[in-house]
Amino acid sequence: MPQLNAVPLSWYLMLSAILFTLGVAGFLFRRNIITVFMSIELMLNAVNLSFVAFSHHLRQVDGQIFTFFVMVVAAAEAAVGLAIILTVFKNRRTLSIDEVSSLKN
Amino acid sequence: MDLILFAFFATIAVACGISLVVQKHPIGSALSLIGVMGSLAVIYLLLGAEFIAAVQLIVYAGAIMVLFVFVIMLLNAGEETATGRSWPTRLLGIPLLAVFLGLLAYLLQRMSPSMGTVTFGAFNTGAREIGRSLFSKYLLPFEVTSVLVLIAILGAIVLARKEID
Repeated sequence: MPQLNAVPLSWYLMLSAILFTLGVAGFLFRRNIITVFMSIELMLNAVNLSFVAFSHHLRQVDGQIFTFFVMVVAAAEAAVGLAIILTVFKNRRTLSIDEVSSLKN
Repeated sequence: MDLILFAFFATIAVACGISLVVQKHPIGSALSLIGVMGSLAVIYLLLGAEFIAAVQLIVYAGAIMVLFVFVIMLLNAGEETATGRSWPTRLLGIPLLAVFLGLLAYLLQRMSPSMGTVTFGAFNTGAREIGRSLFSKYLLPFEVTSVLVLIAILGAIVLARKEID
């Protein structure tokens, strides 16, 4: 039985693993291109949680710096990705990733 | 107290994550993602990462999600139409994900005795420590990041602009 004011580190990592798996599930099963993109953001968040948890465990600030960089890259990715989605919608009039298949075969 | 706060916000995060995957409408998924990000910010505070918690709320839950909601409204995205998926996805998707999660849980269980516990207040880092590290040890990556953001701005403008005839 853990003490009431000490949470095991593995619980944080487990939460991170669960969120990452949910992100993978959304990426695989959803067909709306915006939702797929949001699932990628969920996976990035899950990894950020691991970084911060290990930063606390090792008593070093480097993990949080990496989280900061991941956030910056995620912001850049969101801007460019959403611009690409706008362009795809302008040309195809659809948001379903099944119908955007020019590169297939 | 730590345990109660962690359990409460971890439950919210997982519930919002499940809601993100099962919602049919993209705006529901976006709101669920905001819920996940907000509860993760509280969990960062529990881990003593004050600056990261603030940035999580401002950049992720604020800026990025506003961008998402704008695009959903701009494109008038409706409910997604269920299309026939390929049979490997339908058949193997859920079991493989369960195996993946089980593997991660097993590894964490193996590692957990050596990892110890997290107590609130044992290691607090505010903007001062982050800034000192960011502008000394990680100065070059920081500058490269600023170039990356500049390229992203230019790319977004080029991709989303109207064609001028």
